[in-house]
This record gives sequence, C-alpha cells and structure tokens, in this order.
Amino acid sequence: MSRLLLPLLGALVAALMLASVLVGPAPVGPGESLVALVTGDAGPLGIVMREIRLPRAILGALVGAALGLSGAAMQGYLRNPLAEPGLIGVSGSAALGAVIALQTGLAAAFAPALPLAALAGAVAAVLLILVLAGPRGGSLTLILAGIAVSALAGAATALVLNLSPNPFAAAEIVFWTMGSLADRSWTDVALAAPFIAAGAAVLLTLGRGLDALTLGEDAAAALGIGLTGLRLRLVAGVAAAVGAATAVAGAVGFVGLVVPHILRPLVGAQPARLLPASALGGAALVLAADIAVRLILPDRDLKLGVLMALVGAPLFLHLIHRTRRDLEGTLR
Amino acid sequence: MSVWRVASSALAALCLGGAALADPPARVVSINLCTDQLAMLLAAPGQLVSVSHLARDERSSAMAAEAAAWPANGGRAEDVYLLAPDLVLAGSFTTPATVAMLRRLGIRVELFAPATRLADVGAQLRQMGAVLGREAEAEALAARFEAALMALGGDGGAPPRAALYAANGWSSGRHSLPGEVLAAAGFANVAAGLGLETGGFLALEALVLAAPELIVTGRPWPGASRAEALPRHPALARSTAQGVALTDSDWVCGLPHVLRAVEAMLEARHRLAPP
Amino acid sequence: MSLLTLDRLTVLRGAGPVVDAVSLSVGPGECVGLIGPNGAGKTTLLRAALGLEPARGHASLAALPPEARARAAAFLPQARQIAWPVTVEALVALGRLPHQTARPTPADRAAVEAALARMELAPFRHRIATRLSGGEQARVLIARALAQQTPLLIADEPIAGLDPAHQIASMEVFATLAREGRSVIVALHDLGLAARFCTRLLLMQAGRLVADGPPARVLTDAHLARVFGIRVFRGTDPAGPVVQPVERLRPEPTVEPAP
Repeated sequence: MSRLLLPLLGALVAALMLASVLVGPAPVGPGESLVALVTGDAGPLGIVMREIRLPRAILGALVGAALGLSGAAMQGYLRNPLAEPGLIGVSGSAALGAVIALQTGLAAAFAPALPLAALAGAVAAVLLILVLAGPRGGSLTLILAGIAVSALAGAATALVLNLSPNPFAAAEIVFWTMGSLADRSWTDVALAAPFIAAGAAVLLTLGRGLDALTLGEDAAAALGIGLTGLRLRLVAGVAAAVGAATAVAGAVGFVGLVVPHILRPLVGAQPARLLPASALGGAALVLAADIAVRLILPDRDLKLGVLMALVGAPLFLHLIHRTRRDLEGTLR
Repeated sequence: MSVWRVASSALAALCLGGAALADPPARVVSINLCTDQLAMLLAAPGQLVSVSHLARDERSSAMAAEAAAWPANGGRAEDVYLLAPDLVLAGSFTTPATVAMLRRLGIRVELFAPATRLADVGAQLRQMGAVLGREAEAEALAARFEAALMALGGDGGAPPRAALYAANGWSSGRHSLPGEVLAAAGFANVAAGLGLETGGFLALEALVLAAPELIVTGRPWPGASRAEALPRHPALARSTAQGVALTDSDWVCGLPHVLRAVEAMLEARHRLAPP
Repeated sequence: MSLLTLDRLTVLRGAGPVVDAVSLSVGPGECVGLIGPNGAGKTTLLRAALGLEPARGHASLAALPPEARARAAAFLPQARQIAWPVTVEALVALGRLPHQTARPTPADRAAVEAALARMELAPFRHRIATRLSGGEQARVLIARALAQQTPLLIADEPIAGLDPAHQIASMEVFATLAREGRSVIVALHDLGLAARFCTRLLLMQAGRLVADGPPARVLTDAHLARVFGIRVFRGTDPAGPVVQPVERLRPEPTVEPAP
C-alpha cells in the first residue's frame, strides 16, 4: 500500500487539475471546453480555457504543493505537528512583503521584485520563529510566537493598504489574508513557478536529516547530519516556496497543517516519506478547494482561505486538545 | 421636454418643504462632487462659497480647473458649519451622519440623487436652478444640452457590441449613465444580454465569451490594486476586442460634459467601422 | 589503534570549567564505565568528545568530518526522544543512516535484524515506538545504536529506568560487544553494575578525571568516600563482584562556636 501512495496521489492531482479546468462561470459544457483547450481554438472559448482556466489550475497545484511541502518540512524540523506556514506567520509576513512591493511601485518596475519581496518577508518570519521557538521550544511557545508574528504582519499589511493612494487598495486586505486564485494569469505562473520549484527542490533534500531528527538534535548530529546546513536549507526552501505562493495567491492557511496530519499515518510517520506525499496532497487539497469555491457560490468571489479555515480550524483545535498535556507541561 | 419642466419644478417645490422662500440662498456650500459642478455652472457670482476637495481632482471632476477658484472643504459637518452657509448641497449617498448633523445644527440641506440616465442631466440642471433661485440660467443650459444631444444622434447600421468593465469586474448596464452614453453613441451593451440591467459583477470568462468589439475601462489610479488589475487581465488583451477605450471625468456626473463622453464614443465607433 | 583519544579536553561554561583538562585513550575491546556524582560533567564530557559542544583541547572524534564520525562512533543521548509514532523497526533502521545511500541494502537489513535480536525486540518490530513503556523505548534506542555497527558505542545513562533483568541484559550486551572487539563507553550511576561488567572505569568529580583503571583500583573506599560521600558493602558471587552502596557518610563536623 505504501508504495502505491505517491502514484495514487499523483493520479488524484491530475484528475483534480482536469476537473479544475472544466469548472467555471461560463455556460459551456465540459466536453466543449476540453475540445477548445486541446485543439488550441483561437476563438473566445479557447482564450477562456488557455488564459483563464489553465493558469488557475496550474497555479492551484503549485501553491498547494508549496504549502503542503513547507508544512511537512517545518513540522519535521520543529518536531511539532502544529507548525505550519500559515499558523506561524510565514504566509502573513510574505503577504506583507508582497504588498509593500506592490504599493511602493517596485513590483511594477521590476517584475521579480514581487516574489523576492514576499520571500524576504517569509525569511524574516521563519528566522524569528526559529529564534523564539526553535527545536528546544515547546508547543506553547510556538503557538504564541506564531500569533505574535501573524498579528504584526497582518496589522502592517492593513496599514500599508490603507495608506495607498489607490481607493481600492484598502479592500484588498481580504485577499491578502484569505487568499484567492480567481483570475490569475500566466504572468502570475511565470513569477511564482521558478521560486516554488527552487524552494521545493531544496526542501525535498531535507528528508534524511528530518528522519534523523526523530531521535533528537544530539543523536541526529552524531548520526552525521549537519544541523546548521539543515536549518539553512529549511529557511531558504520554505521562504522561497511560501513566499512565491503567497505573492500571487495571498495567504492561504491551514494547508500545511491539514495535509501532513492526514498523510502521516499513511507513511508510517516517517518525515522523509511525508515530504513528497505532502507536496502532492497539498496540491490536491488546494485544487479541490478551488473547485469547491467556484461551485458553492459561483457568482461571488468566495475566498480560498474561507474554505481552508472551515476545514483546518476545527482540526487545529482538535490537535491542541490532543497535545493539551504537553502544553500544560511547558506552562509549569 | 415640458414634462420634465413640470416634474423638476414639482421636485423643487417638494424640496423646499412647501414654504416658498422669498430670497435665493446667499451662502451655498457644496459637499458632493456632482453638486459641486452643477453649482459651479449655475450659481450667481458670490453665491457659492465652497466646493468639496473632490472637485479639484482631475481624475473624477470635469471642472477641476474651474474648481480652483473656490475654497475646498473636507465634507465634514465641522468644516461646513464654520463657513456659516444657509444652504448645503449634498448627494443622496452622502454620509447620513453628516447630513443629519448639519440639519440638527439648523442648516438647510438639499440632496441630489446620482444621475442614472442622460435625461437626468436636464432634470438636475433645472432642480439646481430652482434650489439656487437661478431658474432662467438653468433652463437655458438645459435646453442647450438637450438640443446638442439630439444633434449628435447615432447613425444607422448594425450597432457594434461593447462592454463596460471597471475595477472589480463591475459592468454597467443599460439603465445607468455610462450605459446610456454607450447607447447614445450607437453601441449595443453586452451586459444587457447577460442579465445586468443597471449593472453588476461580470465574470471575466463571461466577458471573454461575449466577445465584444470594444471594452471600455477606467483610467487606473496611482498605487496598485488587484481590483484594477482585473480589467487588464492578459485574457482580454488576447481576446477579439479591438479597442479598449478609457473613461475619464466626463462619465462620472450627470453634467453637460457628458456630451464629450458621447463624442469620444462616437469617435471610437468610427474607428471600429471597417474602412 | 585508539578508538577515542582525548588530550586535555576542556569545556568552559560561565565561571569555571565543566570539564577540566581530561586526557584519556580508549582502545578496542574495552567496556568503559563513566561514573561520578551528579554535576560531575559526565554528559558534557561525552558530548564534547563527539564534538557536540565547543571545547578546548583535542578530541579525535570531534576532529573527524560528520559522516566519518558517524561511522566511527554511535551516540545514545541521555534524553530519550522519539518525535514521531514510527514503528520499532523503522526507528532501529535510523541507525543505518550513516551507511545508507538510497535504498536499504541487504547489509542494512541484516544489521537491523541483528540489533533487534540482541535486544530481544523481535516481537515488538511492528509496534509503534511511542506507545511502548519507557523501559521498552530505552531498549529500542539501544538497538538503534547497535544497528549503526560502529567500532565505538557511546551511551549516556542508557539503562536508567529499566527493570533489573533488562538492566543486566543490556550491560551483558555491552560486555559482549567489548569481547567481540568493539568498545563501549557507558555513563551510569549503578556502581554494582559498573563493577561487574566494565573492564575499566573513569571516575569524574567536578570536571576532573580523578581515577582511570580497572574497577578494583577505582572503586576503593577512599575514592568512594571522597567523591561520592558513601560507604559500600563488598561481596563476591559466582556471577561477579558485588558492590552495593549502603550508607551516606556524614560530612566532617565544623568547628563549634564558643559558648
């Protein structure tokens, strides 16, 4: 069964991408849409398929993979099932970086400035979290540090948007805090894909080190794992992947929490095997949610983060309840 | 046209609360962009004391240059009260708290609804004239406008299809001022075919599939916003729409300047027509 | 051929040295017991010897690159951490990480099997490690270190919390390793087990290496009184020498103030 997991997840992602491309407000049947996409129809339907739906599906998979993989990597390193980019403020800080790049005009002048600024925001948050609640910190410290960083990043983002000369900017705070894939284009894919790919490549090399960390830092170091290098690769990988994903889709939370939690029993709780599985699982989850927001309220722009929070927040509460004893232990 | 005269006079009588005022107001303050410009067109010298700061903004005001002649107010009850007006002109969507405060302070406030039809231009000119005690000037201006509008008139031939697409995907339908401008220039509005009579959110996909020949968007504000990125989505650039005209301050209020907007659209239509 | 050489190893923390100029050399075939009171610096010495603590002086293992060091010595830390609910077999297999490239080889599988067998964990192989009792977890972690198949095994209090049978069994495993030509350095508190199973004892006090030699020479009454402040009962048994702490020695009375 375990050997089938990755191929099964891959097939699921492919099926969801196909479904994503076939869902939309246009009153056209799935068969007709598919034909228009495949034959490269030059008419309006072909444009809708190629320029609106296809980039959205691809971006959904990339963003989901980035968030799922980053969640699994952070949980493996911090040895804490509550660590995930949205909860600990990495996504919020990346959103702050992106908003600053957009509102100061940097992003308009130099296109890669947008993902780079988001990456810088993410790096700052990851470093802060590692300093405040590093491997020796417990769950309570981690959650508190995450709350602090998220609150700070969210407030700063709202401030920057309110100071913008553009009258529409203030309303954007919802997009940045809840995330959305609506009307994304190939421009967004071209901006985000290289950084997500690079970040994912770095994170996938962490498997061996994360497995060794199961035994604790000393044992892992004695097993020949370079802990400093491991930490650097974690920070760089998470910042690149989450930064780029947030820059184009806003802060989508809970993916990195839900996906590793669901898949952990299926990989025997081994961190190394959880990494690629979480990438595929994250892609599947975001694609499914993106399809759902288009089916549930097709006329309104229901944000992706709303659905994620409806699924993820109860799970978060359940996890806290389960680790309550550990939390109370660190209080004393 | 005479029906409109009767209607606007009746409206003016209603606004005056039944009691006819002998003297026209001596100190008038306007706190709404559209009433600013109406008042600037019609007020007697020295009658208009202040207009809102929005009137000086070139992006939304058709009379931004002229507005420099009047002091600007911030539209708050405090600013206005200190100017000691005997009449305040506001829009029906002006913050209710501000209007209520001014009335509580004993100041007369006249509310003007936003223009939704080309016919509202004449009606509102006459309404403003009645309120300011400048009926004759208002009548002259309105008559000139209505004559010019008739003269413009669309030519025959199949109307090309156009769509209005503003920030956040807002598309104005037939029963709106921008929609009527489009119709006066001889375009068919795709929003009507998609069920948006006054206006509403139009999904990008639906817009692309409707394949209009012209897409009319607004000029972007400084700074950046995702709302304004939507009318500039690459899918629209690659679609079959031949032109993307930009609206400006002439489209915002129901003023005679709307004619300039109609003329611009007529020009766009002639550019679309096959050689 | 020395498996571990320390030359004036010193670890400074705050005011005084936690490990003070310790020099020693461990060759193959030794079962070395590291004993001393709480706070003597045993854990710090072991960690510094492996290069996990910044230290002055020379430690042969610390000088090696991490991969080579992991193949030269296996380390069993005092804090028994098992972060994730993996199976016992998977946990023991972590000991093969320094040798592993991509897929587990037959040699890897054989090493894991041998380790499981030696620690009598074969019936537990598919159980989830985090759900075992403390003592069972301790045995699993020892098995992991055994699976690493290094010439030297360094263990920091590996038998604390085990029941008497398993304490003896684990020490027997260490003694057998020594007889097979490998070496073990074990920090422990149980003087009786140290006397019976170790071929050599290192006695530490306040960071200094006070005595180094066979148990008979190290566990003298004088050393025990001065370093531990205890008196022991000595006996003989077919299984080996018996040393049992019986009494705390009162400290020397201070001078009474004049009435």
